[in-house]
Amino acid sequence: MPHDHPHDHLSPSGHPFRTDNDTPLSYFQTMEIAVRELLIEKGVLSPAEIAAQIDVMDGRSPANGAAVVARAWTDPAFKARLLADAGAASQEMGFDIGPLNLIAVENTADTHNLVVCTLCSCYPRNLLGLPPDWYKTRAYRSRAVKEPRSVLREFGVELPETTRLRVHDSTADMRYIVLPARPAGSDGMDEGALAALVTRDAMIGAGLPRAPGG
Amino acid sequence: MDKMDGRRWHDMGGLPAGEVPKDGHDFAIWEKRVDALMILCGTKGHFTVDGLRRALEDMGPEAFENHTYYERWIAAVNQNLIEAGVYSIEELGTRMEQIKARGPSYGEASVKDG
Amino acid sequence: MAERVRVKAMMPPGHVRAPFYLRGKTGEIERSLGPFKNPEQLAYALPAAPKNLYRVRFTMAELWGAEAEAPQDFVEAEIYEHWLERLPDAP
Repeated sequence: MPHDHPHDHLSPSGHPFRTDNDTPLSYFQTMEIAVRELLIEKGVLSPAEIAAQIDVMDGRSPANGAAVVARAWTDPAFKARLLADAGAASQEMGFDIGPLNLIAVENTADTHNLVVCTLCSCYPRNLLGLPPDWYKTRAYRSRAVKEPRSVLREFGVELPETTRLRVHDSTADMRYIVLPARPAGSDGMDEGALAALVTRDAMIGAGLPRAPGG
Repeated sequence: MDKMDGRRWHDMGGLPAGEVPKDGHDFAIWEKRVDALMILCGTKGHFTVDGLRRALEDMGPEAFENHTYYERWIAAVNQNLIEAGVYSIEELGTRMEQIKARGPSYGEASVKDG
Repeated sequence: MAERVRVKAMMPPGHVRAPFYLRGKTGEIERSLGPFKNPEQLAYALPAAPKNLYRVRFTMAELWGAEAEAPQDFVEAEIYEHWLERLPDAP
């Protein structure tokens, strides 16, 4: 292996490689580089397109969903539109969710919703960004449809017996976002402050919004 | 092993499993690149997400247990691109050897004309 | 009136989007989602006819019997029309 490269540990721009570039080259990383280079050479993709797509995904985060939830908490007409067509309502707020088919499911005083994908790990990534690692695990995918209350307990959510739990298995073309119930004591808070209460896990149904002032 | 009942390994709903591990990680640049290749090639019609899933499922449970999420996804992307005729196995193999010769780290191996 | 359906219990190999744990189980249509290209064809890069997709609601009691954590809880899942059989409405 030649290792006498004059710019060892420096990128072509002369800067040090990012930490995650310094790891020993793995088989699958080699495949990624090869696939990417072949696609570029054959004119399928350009480096700019790849960089732009990474920027788009980096720009998607649970904060987008939290803004949607906060709007629904403060604007009943928007909430009605969100529950009727969550994709259109998200687009209305300026979130470009692409071809994502999105359904919003509402937590109420007597209903709690939980989202899973037992067949793979479908997730509303175009709104919330990439899923957390736990969402993709065998444990979550296996148990969420059979013992969801035990799973929720592991996440610190104890559902009353009287609460009806709806588990949504994202098996096909739709993706789901949970519209959590607005927390008690949040009267008078503005949309920005409300959005800060909305966690990623609350929008999966594996958590609840933060308590105001908590 | 259980007797054959037609259930496939990835079809996990309802199976017994342990506590949900809560640890996570930030995505490395190479993982983000895999994600971008997957989305862009799908958008351009070289495969469907169903084609990717089919390739992932066909890798079997050993791949699920032994390889990370984006390791499996780049393998599925590659499988679909080979099947679509975007490049050949020979081209891929030749390029992977060239890349390995560039240097021992991901960063060094990423520099094409070093 | 809700429509009662049963997920077909067939077990073909290949890329199937009807989860194993729902096959043979009875539920109610929660909503119709309209047509989507059949993923069982798309997965093999084949021409894919549109199939209507339904959200079907199952009780935990139906899915897991005595093992259910809370029998009245639901699982709701999207199932393509060719995996569903309509049943007469319950009396």
